Amino acid sequence: MISEILQTLPQVLVDGLTLGAIYAVIALGYTMVYGILELINFAHGEIFMTGAFVGVAVLFFMSGAGWLAVMPAILALLIVLVVTSLVTGVLGMGIERVAYRPLRKAPKLITLISAIGVSFLLQDIVRFITEWKRGNYIVTGPQLFDSKIGLDFSSIWSHFNDAILKTSSVILLVSAILMMIGLDFFVNKSKWGMAMRSVAQDRDTAALMGINVNKVISLTFFIGSALGGATGVLFAMQYGTINPYIGFILGLKAFTAAVLGGIGNIRGAMFGGLLLGVLEMFASANLQKLTGGVFTAEYKDVFAFGILIIVLIFKPEGLFGKAVTEKV
Amino acid sequence: MEKLKSFLSGNKIAQGVLIGVYVLITSLALYLSQKSVVAFLLLLFSLLLLYYTQLSNRLKWLLAGVVLVGVLPWAASSGPSYQSYMEVATLVGIYVAMALGLNIVVGLAGLLDLGFVAFFAIGAYTYGIFATGQASNFMPFGEYPLSGESFWLFILVGCFAAALCGVLLGIPVLRVKGDYLAIVTLGFGEIIRIVYNNLDKPINFTNGAMGISSVTPPELFGMQFTYPSQFYYIVLGILVVVMFAVRNFEYSRIGRSWKAVRENEIAAQSMGIHLVKTKLLAFAIGASFSGMMGVVFAAKQAFVDPTSFTLLESITILVMVILGGMGSVPGVILGAAVVTILNLQVLTEVTNWLNQMSMEGAISFPEALSPSKMQRFIFGAILILFAIYRPQGLIPAKNPVFNEEELKAHAAKQTGKKSSVPEDRAMQA
Amino acid sequence: MVLKKSLAVVMASALSLGLLAGCGGESGGSSGGKVIKIATQTPLSGGSATLGESIKLGAQLALEENKKKFEKMGFKLQLVPYDDQADPKKGVSNANQLGADTAVMAVVGHLNSGVSIPSSEVYEKYNVPMVSPANTATDVTDRGLKTVNRIVARDDFQGPAGADFAIKTIGAKKIFLVQDKTAYGQGLADAFKKAAEEGGAEILGYEGITVGETDFNGVLNQVVAKKPDLVFFGGLYTEGALLIKQAREKGIDVPFMGGDGLDSSTLVEIAGDAVKNVYYTSVAADANKTPEGQKFASKYKDKFNKTIESYSAYGYDSMSVVLQGLEAAIKANDDKLPERKVVAEHIRKIQDFQGVVTKVGFDDKGDNKFAKVYIYKFEEAKYPGKQEGEISK
Repeated sequence: MISEILQTLPQVLVDGLTLGAIYAVIALGYTMVYGILELINFAHGEIFMTGAFVGVAVLFFMSGAGWLAVMPAILALLIVLVVTSLVTGVLGMGIERVAYRPLRKAPKLITLISAIGVSFLLQDIVRFITEWKRGNYIVTGPQLFDSKIGLDFSSIWSHFNDAILKTSSVILLVSAILMMIGLDFFVNKSKWGMAMRSVAQDRDTAALMGINVNKVISLTFFIGSALGGATGVLFAMQYGTINPYIGFILGLKAFTAAVLGGIGNIRGAMFGGLLLGVLEMFASANLQKLTGGVFTAEYKDVFAFGILIIVLIFKPEGLFGKAVTEKV
Repeated sequence: MEKLKSFLSGNKIAQGVLIGVYVLITSLALYLSQKSVVAFLLLLFSLLLLYYTQLSNRLKWLLAGVVLVGVLPWAASSGPSYQSYMEVATLVGIYVAMALGLNIVVGLAGLLDLGFVAFFAIGAYTYGIFATGQASNFMPFGEYPLSGESFWLFILVGCFAAALCGVLLGIPVLRVKGDYLAIVTLGFGEIIRIVYNNLDKPINFTNGAMGISSVTPPELFGMQFTYPSQFYYIVLGILVVVMFAVRNFEYSRIGRSWKAVRENEIAAQSMGIHLVKTKLLAFAIGASFSGMMGVVFAAKQAFVDPTSFTLLESITILVMVILGGMGSVPGVILGAAVVTILNLQVLTEVTNWLNQMSMEGAISFPEALSPSKMQRFIFGAILILFAIYRPQGLIPAKNPVFNEEELKAHAAKQTGKKSSVPEDRAMQA
Repeated sequence: MVLKKSLAVVMASALSLGLLAGCGGESGGSSGGKVIKIATQTPLSGGSATLGESIKLGAQLALEENKKKFEKMGFKLQLVPYDDQADPKKGVSNANQLGADTAVMAVVGHLNSGVSIPSSEVYEKYNVPMVSPANTATDVTDRGLKTVNRIVARDDFQGPAGADFAIKTIGAKKIFLVQDKTAYGQGLADAFKKAAEEGGAEILGYEGITVGETDFNGVLNQVVAKKPDLVFFGGLYTEGALLIKQAREKGIDVPFMGGDGLDSSTLVEIAGDAVKNVYYTSVAADANKTPEGQKFASKYKDKFNKTIESYSAYGYDSMSVVLQGLEAAIKANDDKLPERKVVAEHIRKIQDFQGVVTKVGFDDKGDNKFAKVYIYKFEEAKYPGKQEGEISK
């Protein structure tokens, strides 16, 4: 049994990290907004989904105009990423302006409900537009990269099997890491990042120090949503097929990842995402073997949520978070 | 108009007469024209009007009882659509009870629960498993399916099973607060669904995704309950119990502690409210209503499977509570009725009508825009609009107004009993 | 106070509305003789809307072709399409609505067995006969309901037929099963597993995936480790296509096999070239193979400007069966409209009806004696696949 688990381990790790990278980048969006507004932006998963659809639409447009054939795939991807990020970034700002800003002083529960509403609304709008234009809301986009790379793990240790890595996974991993490092640098080193952190600490004092709080919050939503949209494009690249309901489950998992790492903490979100991806992949590949057939791969979500609940009980601030005492 | 208004606002008899006339006309309309959904809805609307009259509470309850027990079934019974009206009315009743349960958790105690449908599932499966041959797979004794008479006992069993699960969920979950609680309960709801979907191995408890079919119908004195018109009365009976319970809890010591916890946990705690106990009670009581209705649902559908208990269902119940008004009992009832009727009757009717029209070629209508597909859109819009413009819901919650002097005098009389003082404080907090 | 004012206004308007509605209720459909409604109940929205709509359109075509005949007999046929959203609760609620409407004489539906089973309990209460163009689960007819019929094969015929083909023709000895944990997928995979074990094949694994997810690499890693020579998938095309695609990317080149849930053009659209070497059993024949089928396809195309899906012709045949039973019942009742119970009896009595794609004759449970299972293979990325075999009882 152990040898079988070891054999597949390299491939499980590769797949888990790919999935984890998606979780991680979406988790960044949750964590940024939460860090500043203490609001779970439930709609973030849908922004990710919208990003996937916008990306595929741009790709369709480009291939329709014949541009795809003449430009290198990487350039095409860059264009799609930039356009999609802009669109979803603005969308995120708009959502904040319409659905969250009027509620900034309201109880948290009300804002959360508004966020769930936005999430439903976006799902249905995207569904409607896609179904109207294409007759079917399940869309398969053109593929930019379809080669794959063999990784020779067996030469490292004879117990391992070789693994296969898709080119799109490499691109996904590289872009995700670039985005994470870029964001970390932006928040910790730039002037705007400093403004963001100060708003997160104390909104009123930040305002007194001459920071335009509304602008900073808008910027936060823009960056978070742009990252989410870009991840959507990468997701569409990786899996090929998208539908309007992918955002909800993925968003939920990404949020779980953010909480796991300590919500509000950017590095924690990255770590939580990758950890969750690997754990989930490991569970679905090995649960049956480990439990002698009692639990099958379907229990992987139970496994993921179970871990979340356990972490929250014993370390409510998450793995990387700092405990906050509440003042009355 | 103005005169009429001022005449009406003071004159209880006039109000009573008008309500009576209204009920009479709408019920006659329903009686005479069986297919008119509008008449059915208007008759239900009379209950809302009744709520706004200035009649005494006792009389209101009595009138509502007369309309629900007698007039509505009578008016609907004459024609072919009887059962379909009763089906809608029964489902409304089921959702009202669940929304009232969630209202305790979300509205009164302020704990956002996004996995509430799990308790409904627990109730449904409790009856589903024992009222079919399913139980013989793992029960060493007894003969299954149990007879239809056990249904009445199972309403209580479902109630306690759900309450117990509410407490079990509550114990670990209550360490987390606010937004975290929402996500953990959501996870819990999904876990329950996945577990039910997979519990056909190693021992077949729930028959997995295939669901449990041919659930034994309830039986009383040899009479079998199979039609919606019969379940209507079961639901009505449970609803009376639920409403009585909610009414009593709301203004009791525990109800006031819920509200105190909702407004500020730390302040409530420092006023001597036991946080864990209070929250667990909210979870348990809220869950128990759902559990009871789960049993009824399983018996009514004669079929239980995990697809009836998805996250969307939890959100739907939440929409009912928000729409009606968090913490407001009449509001939540109204919210549940509106959402259920919208979902089952209005959207279906409009869609059917549009389909008919486009089939006859009268209009061309994109399939994608069909109203029954727009459920999420409508719910989403309701949630946002209400959150922004009317967070208190259709009928906002009212706190009873007390005369301070009277209370003080009352407290002075009972100086021996110390408990009354913090209670009053807790209410103000 | 505002409420008090509006109270009066609302009440006044409500009264008039109620009266209006009361008058308006019955006025429709008095011209052209007595109205007979035939309902369809299929998912018209949601993931399987394509299939659900194709059934509705097929049934609509059959109904419209028979309109004249029934008009001569003094009845006006009308189709009432219901949308069950592939949701059992919605199905039951609709069933109550249409069962309550005494003008509805029969139902053509459903697509999903999970919806069909609870809904048919309601039909039985109201004696509404139902003819299913697509349900394969054994429980649909095994409960012995008098009103429930189907014109397609059962899972315990489809599964074994597939297993037999897999072992004898493809030569599979080691089989890995994946299913989507829905009533349909599990029923089919269980039937296949049982038959494959009996046929002497070794079952290397039996795993579930989650509907709505997109990454199935975890389960596929198990497949890689076990090295089967056939993978069977019980489930629908959305997940099936992704599974096949990701399997091929992982280098799993062995044949895949699935049930009628894979029988959709969307499968090819999503999976692309990965669809090669995929077999699927289907209870639906390829209508384009026979001259009658081709005629039907062109009529369908003319009328709705859509190409036929796998179940279009079955919707058509189900409706034809219903109308034949209805006609016989009317004739037996001195050209007057009979009770629904009688219609149900006459539908069950049908023994040799020749439809466009299938011959229909019901046994005493309501299963079609002439139902066949067809086996298709995708040799290129084009829908439908090539028909490889045809198995009858």
